[in-house]
Order: sequence, then structure tokens, then C-alpha cells
Amino acid sequence: MSAVFQSIKPRPAPVKTEGFVPWIRSNLFGDLRSSAVTLLIIALAAYVLPDLVRWAVLNAVVVTNAETCQAARGTGACWGVVVEKFRLIIFGRYPYEAQWRPQVATILLVALLVVSCIRAFWKPWLAVLWVAVVPAFFVLMGGGLFGLEAVTTDQWGGLPLTIMLATFGIVLAYPISIVVALGRRSDLPAIRSLCIVYIELIRGVPLISVLFMASFLFPLFMPVGKSPDVLLRVLVGITLFSAAYLAEVVRGGLQAIPKGQIEAAQSLGLTYWQTQRKIVLPQALAMVVPGIMNSFIAIFKDTSLVTIVSLYELTGALSLALNSDADWRPFKIEGYLFITLIYFVFCFSMSRYSLWIEHQLGRSKTR
Amino acid sequence: MAEHIITFDKVNKWYGNNFHVLRDIDLAVKPGERIVICGPSGSGKSTLIRCINRLEEHQEGHIIVDGVELTDDIKAIEKVRREVGMVFQQFNLFPHLTVLENLTLSPMWVGKTPKKDAVERAMQQLTRVKIAEQANKYPLQLSGGQQQRVAIARALCLTPKIMLFDEPTSALDPEMIKEVLDVMVELANQGITMLCVTHEMGFAKAVADRVIFMDEGQIVEQNTPHEFFDNPKSDRTKDFLSKILGH
Repeated sequence: MSAVFQSIKPRPAPVKTEGFVPWIRSNLFGDLRSSAVTLLIIALAAYVLPDLVRWAVLNAVVVTNAETCQAARGTGACWGVVVEKFRLIIFGRYPYEAQWRPQVATILLVALLVVSCIRAFWKPWLAVLWVAVVPAFFVLMGGGLFGLEAVTTDQWGGLPLTIMLATFGIVLAYPISIVVALGRRSDLPAIRSLCIVYIELIRGVPLISVLFMASFLFPLFMPVGKSPDVLLRVLVGITLFSAAYLAEVVRGGLQAIPKGQIEAAQSLGLTYWQTQRKIVLPQALAMVVPGIMNSFIAIFKDTSLVTIVSLYELTGALSLALNSDADWRPFKIEGYLFITLIYFVFCFSMSRYSLWIEHQLGRSKTR
Repeated sequence: MAEHIITFDKVNKWYGNNFHVLRDIDLAVKPGERIVICGPSGSGKSTLIRCINRLEEHQEGHIIVDGVELTDDIKAIEKVRREVGMVFQQFNLFPHLTVLENLTLSPMWVGKTPKKDAVERAMQQLTRVKIAEQANKYPLQLSGGQQQRVAIARALCLTPKIMLFDEPTSALDPEMIKEVLDVMVELANQGITMLCVTHEMGFAKAVADRVIFMDEGQIVEQNTPHEFFDNPKSDRTKDFLSKILGH
């Protein structure tokens, strides 16, 4: 007698756990509280979004005609202002015919920065690239060589100036901050006091005062006509200011290194500088990447303050572009939204890069 | 060539102004001698050996290591540190470097050894402590006992004349103590000068030429392990031994 085949009852398919609908179910309506929050946010969006979309897209004017814009005022955005004033916003007062130069220079500089951020390119030739690109940037911007017409630094402006100030501010402030942070923990009283005075002095004043001093006060103490270029003075001001803040971030990392690490390095015969370079700094800096990137992003945004000493970087260039033209002045909001987007792209990229760095450095700690 | 490789002459040390941690320490260590230092917590035994490679400064008296007197002269200190290896209670491996990099760091930067030779020597030392297969891992990926063996190998990479052990097994789980002690016993049998702060009395009996008992910053008693354990002289030693051997 052989066994008779008996089929079991059909069972329902398992509940889907992947895909769009299940994701919504588990993440947005997981329990009562999250469902309530989700509904609240949907309601809020339903209240705000239609008007926003109507203003920014549906009723928006993109033609470069001030009268059309004026007619749509209050109901639709006037993106035409960005088109009309694009070159003035992006390049500031830089001579119109020569604006290809800051364009090329900035593309070169940004490309250099991107390349420098990629681990595969951390080779000796990268230093050579910096040595080549940085002078090229200044030659293109300033001219006066190779038949390029000279453009004085007070005419530099817009996005190239923003990127230039941020880049060199960061690149110069970072090493200074490390030295100052080490100095503040030094055993030598003179060096320690000097670093403390520097940090506390800078932290005690706003960046605006530093810029004012660099721009207006400093030349008073110099022989007439002998004062260094205003842009250089401002760059030094930004660098010294940022370095003081960065130094405290770095010091936080230095303090987190266990004493045993330094003792182990000493017992192996390493000198002070070898210990700092090979043992302390690699660990300390890795620990404070979020804080360091915070400062870098702050530097990028703080460059907008140089407007007050008549250097028209991106924010300043926008004011310049619109204030001087009564027809377009009413459409400042659209202009500011446009440069907001530019600032956001740069700051968000820096923020994401910081996360990537953290991930890279975290590898040795994990099992 | 001096007869003694380490000499302490009336050494006094204070922490701050009032804590007198080392009191009139006189000590002479012959090359190849293996010394175990024991004593209650706070007796100054760790401070004593940390003075030998000047992780701690003494305020009075003289310390001479391998013919070099320890003073503020940084060059002299670096010279001494090259001859003295140290193993810590908390291992103190460098977590951002691989095991191999931990070992080659000092030979390459202090000893100016070419990388190829440094790696070769490091692998020899790792083989010696039976952990060569872990060379490319990071310290935190290893067990405590493995980490401490790496630390011993690292200290050996500069081919020191003197090895200092500061409670090397105190931070280890019981089952890992043996693997570290085995390495230390093997090392002791190879004739290197060793000073070891430890409460592993079995280790002291097995390898020490001399056991030193410290209390309140003084060397209270020193003797061969046999005499020290079977025939302690001072009451403080007896009291200490009854506590650690009493169960």
C-alpha cells in the first residue's frame, strides 16, 4: 500500500517587505505616533506647496523683461532677473570682456579641489598640480602677464572671489591651526602663552572687526602706498580668524588621545615631532572631522562678510547688481534664492564629503 | 664597560609637592639580570621602572642606564629609550596602524632602517610571539592576549638591551595570561635584562634572579625568589605575601 499524495492547503503569500508600498507602511505609518506626524506633515505641505509651486513655477516669469516681471509681481517669481543679471551676479565688477578669465581660473581651481578630495589621487604629483594651478589662477585673475590685461583686485568679484577666499582661507588656516593647537599644549610657557593670547584675542572679536582692521586700520600704520594689497590683507584676516577657531577644534581632538599613546611612542624612542606626526595627529584629526568640516563650511559662508570692505564676492555682487538698477531692484528675493542655491550646493558637498572621510577613517576602528 | 647596566643612586621623587613616591632608592642591575618587582598598590613600583626610560622624572639622586645619566638632556633620553623596550598594562598599541605598522614604525623612524629590513625584522618578532598571521590586522581586531604579545614584539623590534614590563598581565582575562607569560618566560631565557612589575608569583619563581618588594616608596626587601618566598625577613613582606598567596 503506497502512501497517497495529499496536497497541503494553499497558504497566503508572505507580506512584501521590500519595495515602495511596504517602505511607506513601515517608515511612515509604523505606529500611531508616526502616522500622526506623517499626516500632519502632509497637511502642512498641502497648505504651503500649492502657493509655492504657483509662485515659483506656474506663474513665474523667465523672460528678461522688467515690465512683464512687474506685472506678475506678487503672484509669480521673476527668474528673468537671474538671467538678466547673471554675469554681474557671478563675476561682480570684473571687466565684462575679460570674464572668460575668472571662469577658466575658477573651473581650474574647483577641478583641483575635487581632484584633491579623491583618495586615489593622493600622490606626490598632486603637490605639483597645486604648484602649477595656484599661480595659473592668480595670473588669469590678475593678468598683467602674457598679454593679459591687468585687473586690479578691487575689481575681482562674485563666485570666483568667494571660492578663492574660501579655498585659500581653509588651506592656509588648517596647518596654522594645528601648530597653534600643539603650541597651546606645549610644555614651554612662552609658546603656550603666545598661543593662548592669539586664540583668545581672535575669539574675542567678530570677523567683521578683523576685516575692518585689515582693510582700514592696517594701512594707517604703513608708509603711504606701501601697504599690501587689500585682498591679501583680507585673506590674511580670514585665515588668522579661522585658524583660531580651528585650533580649538583640533585641541579637542588632541585632548582625547590617551596619555598611554604618547608614552608608548616615547618609550619607542620617537621624538616629540615624530610622536605628534605619526601617532597623535592622525588619531586626533580623525576624531574631529565633523568639527573641522563645520569650521570649513563656516569659512565658506563667512566670506560673504568681505562685502563690508568693498570686495564684492557672490553676496556682494548680487546687491551690487540689483541696487544699481531701479527696474530690477524689486526682485531681490529671486536673486537671493538663486545664490542660496549656489551656497547650498557647495556647503552640502562639503558636508557629504565630511561623512565620506569619517567613513574612511572609521575603518581601522571596526572589527 | 660598567659592571651594572642600570644604577639608581639615592633617587627621590615627589608627585606634586607632598606625595613622596620614591624614597632614597638604591638599585644596581647587572646585564642579563631578571628582576621582579612587587608590592602593594601605590608603593611606587611602576614609577620606579618608568624612571628608567624617563617617562617619569626624578628630582634627586642619579639614574644611569647603559652608561648614560638621565637628565633633562633630550638627546641622552632618546639614546636611552632606544636601548630600553617597554610593555604597558594597557598595551598602548597604536589603533590607527596595522600590527605590522606598529612594529616597523620605530625601526624606520628612529632606527632609520629601510622599510624592507624593518618589515623582515618585524615578521621575525611576530613569529617569535606566535602571531605572524595577524600582521595585517588592526590592534582592536585582536584579543587582549594577542595585543599584549604584539606590544612585546613591538618593544623588541629596536633590539633593546633592557625590557621593562609594567604589570603586563593585569588587564588580561585569566585564560589569556598564560600565553603572555609563556612569551615572557621564553624571552627571559634568552638573556635580556628584564625588570618586571607583576603579581604573577609563579612567573617570579620560574625566571627571576631577584625579587624586590616595595612599600611606600622604599625598597623594603630584595632577595632570590627562593629566599624571598620561603624566608621573608620583614613583617611588611610577610603581610603582603600572606595576602597574595593566602588563597
